[in-house]
Amino acid sequence: MKKKIKVEDISRPTEKLTRTDPKDFKPLPPPYDKPENLPPWVPLKVSDDIESSLDDTIAVAVPKPKTKEEEQELVRKFLSGLEKLFTKENNWTFLQLLTLTMEHCAKCQTCSDACHIFEASGRNEVYRPSYRSEVLRRIYHKYLKPGGKFFGKWKHGDIDLNWTTVARLIELSYRCNICRRCAQTCPIGVDNALVTHELRKLFSQEMGIAARELHEKGSMLQLRVGSSTGMNPLVVKDNMDFIDEDMSEKTGMTIKTPWDKEGADVLLIHNAGEIMAWPENPGAFAVVLEAAGVSWTLSSDIPAYDGINYGLWYDDFQLARVAIKHAQAAKKLGVKKIVVGECGHSTKSLMVIADRVLTGDLNVPRESAMTFLEDLVFSGKLKLDPSRNDFPVTLHDPCNMVRLMGIVEPQRRILRHLCPKFREMEPHGVHNYCCGGGSGFAIMSGYNFQSWRNHVSGRKKLEQVLNAFQDDLSPETHKYLCAPCSNCKGQLRDILFAYDAWEKCGILYGGLVELIVNAMTDVKPGFIEWEWH
Amino acid sequence: MSSALLHVVTYAAFIVFVVAVAVRIYKIQSMPVHLRWDLYPVAHEGKRSHYGGSYFEELDWWKKPREFSWIGELRGMLPEMLFIKALWENNRPLWYRSFPFHFGLYILIGWVGLLVVGAIAQIAGIPVEAGTGSIVGVAIHYLTVLAGAFGLILATIGAALLLHRRLTDPEVEGYTSPAHIFNLAAFLGALLVGFLTYILVDPTFALARGYVQSLIVFNVSAPVGSSAVALEFLLFSLLLAYVPLTHMSHFFTKYFFYHKIRWDDEPNFRGSRLEKEITEAIGYPVTWAAPHLKADGKKNWADIATEEVDK
Ligand code: SF4
Ligand code: SF4
Repeated sequence: MKKKIKVEDISRPTEKLTRTDPKDFKPLPPPYDKPENLPPWVPLKVSDDIESSLDDTIAVAVPKPKTKEEEQELVRKFLSGLEKLFTKENNWTFLQLLTLTMEHCAKCQTCSDACHIFEASGRNEVYRPSYRSEVLRRIYHKYLKPGGKFFGKWKHGDIDLNWTTVARLIELSYRCNICRRCAQTCPIGVDNALVTHELRKLFSQEMGIAARELHEKGSMLQLRVGSSTGMNPLVVKDNMDFIDEDMSEKTGMTIKTPWDKEGADVLLIHNAGEIMAWPENPGAFAVVLEAAGVSWTLSSDIPAYDGINYGLWYDDFQLARVAIKHAQAAKKLGVKKIVVGECGHSTKSLMVIADRVLTGDLNVPRESAMTFLEDLVFSGKLKLDPSRNDFPVTLHDPCNMVRLMGIVEPQRRILRHLCPKFREMEPHGVHNYCCGGGSGFAIMSGYNFQSWRNHVSGRKKLEQVLNAFQDDLSPETHKYLCAPCSNCKGQLRDILFAYDAWEKCGILYGGLVELIVNAMTDVKPGFIEWEWH
Repeated sequence: MSSALLHVVTYAAFIVFVVAVAVRIYKIQSMPVHLRWDLYPVAHEGKRSHYGGSYFEELDWWKKPREFSWIGELRGMLPEMLFIKALWENNRPLWYRSFPFHFGLYILIGWVGLLVVGAIAQIAGIPVEAGTGSIVGVAIHYLTVLAGAFGLILATIGAALLLHRRLTDPEVEGYTSPAHIFNLAAFLGALLVGFLTYILVDPTFALARGYVQSLIVFNVSAPVGSSAVALEFLLFSLLLAYVPLTHMSHFFTKYFFYHKIRWDDEPNFRGSRLEKEITEAIGYPVTWAAPHLKADGKKNWADIATEEVDK
């Protein structure tokens, strides 16, 4: 039997704190019960100057400090950041939540079974929801609380704060999807996802350390250029022109996306990743909105044509900066409301989290695409024929929109109405499992992190999808996995591709609005292209 | 231990308890407004709460009156407080241990309440015994015996089972600190003393009631009547003072976890009280050191959030 890894082991300089061993991973249902059907585990290859002592993958890739002094300086910075997390000036945004979570965990481990990463890894101790929380809790009680050197150990157990601890914590804060499924099960209300969130904030806001895809290539690029895809306003307009042409040809309708229309009722904000990777999604929105006669517009202001807001996962200021600019664009156009496209984290950032950042006339009403589309589907303005969607459909619930916003039924009412073979995954709704791409993972693929996502964080979702379609997993029967969220789609694309799920099981993924257009009788049949997977 | 000293310890414990709870509540309440961090289901959502829906499911939700169901809140909170529903649903083996402990303690709180009521009745001249002329006195007597016996038995069994789990379950191994063991052992010890005192010395709780009566009338020199009862009250007093100083204060902080965090879905409207609080918070000066924030302790939160990033 393997020796159980202890919380305090995180401080002991060893080559690896844990091994990510495919032999431990939770078995999958057919056809992935056979080893030959599984994708290979890609081993980590990394140079010696990068910190990689947590496990067998890397998300952040922190350079190793060159001297002892450098190490000490980083540890000192960590401590100063930790102090700031507990001051109201620096962290009014989450102070109350974090303090309660630090003070009241009963260490009962009820949350462990809720976590898909912990389960899929074969219950790897380091991925246990409370493991990273416990590390931080012990540091907080030992180094921040009065008399902590004695009482901290007595109350919570021992820990040493050194560079090994900090370096591993940086990586460990990127082994959690911040899906908050664990928090839902805690009998006290303690939130391990919040700990992940606050740790990432400390690293970003104090030490300037974050996953490159979220910061440099994410929120910074978005604030500088307009979009994390790198599209500036000219390029995005060009791309939408192509999409309009394509949609017009495909549907037989004349589609022209309106830009910067002052006084429009609705400012629609897509995740710009859709425009690049899944153009049929913004295209389908344009089709539905035009057919229903909605007064709408997109904005070409930086960054209002990209709804992403990666700050949600690692940096309060980056979150606020993007959300404020989104609101400013809406205010400038004088729209009645913002509708956020099919993207869970964009929706939650703008509607919920930024709700307590936007004041005065920046507080423009904001709505989710789910409610907005539901109204259009049942308004009678669209002619719909559900028999066009006569294939098995299941629904993935994006955590941000469902568990964390309570938008559960609108998308289901649409699917029940338009898809005769709709079936639920188990569990679903607010008890769903994360796709494994949450908290930014879907766009993070450095080193072998994508392999880790495919094998570990995405494993439970794959199991759920297979179970939902288990009545007919033959590749001849085309099946549709509906994921009304751009990031989830990114993750599902990677999993389905890695497991060759189209060839082996006939599973395609896509958004919600595509199913609506696929059922529109004013549109040429066959909007959903099964071949493109 | 002299009777007077025991009285002083009990008074002091009561004061520590009240002050510690008040300080904790004050600290939590005086923290600034925070960003929303809802977690569904939210119990006050009325007709949508059973599946976890929210007002965001409504078209133009900001134009609609917000449904806030107090009955829903109670329906969400009571089973959680009384029966630890989350544990029943998510960790049944632990529930079998935790529920008797917690429920036993609730009954014991009721028992203390009944001792106080009985003591007041006695002060008012109503005898509290079986077979007296007063129905009230008889009722208080039997209820006290029932609550005391059940409470002590349930809580003692629960404490023993929880301690057993802490010491043997590999799932919590490595997450158990010396304080955990001490806390459970302290409860088990005090409860066992209480139980044995009940069985062997004070089966009607008349002595316990007498002690409570002497506390109420500040008769600190009144003899306790039995050193077992004195020990029982000494241990209970120490626990009373100790609990709110530890993570076990979750017995009341749980309220904040639910009401101030998971279920705090209050939207921010222009001109609202909430908006005022937010305006105050974004005015705080910030000292975060990362280069992309350039916080210098003079710029406030809003300055940094509205600053252009370096091109
Ligand atoms: S977070 Fe909650 S469920 Fe998890 S160990 Fe702590 S108290 Fe138990
Ligand atoms: S938030 Fe989600 S991924 Fe993170 S520990 Fe909890 S259940 Fe696991």
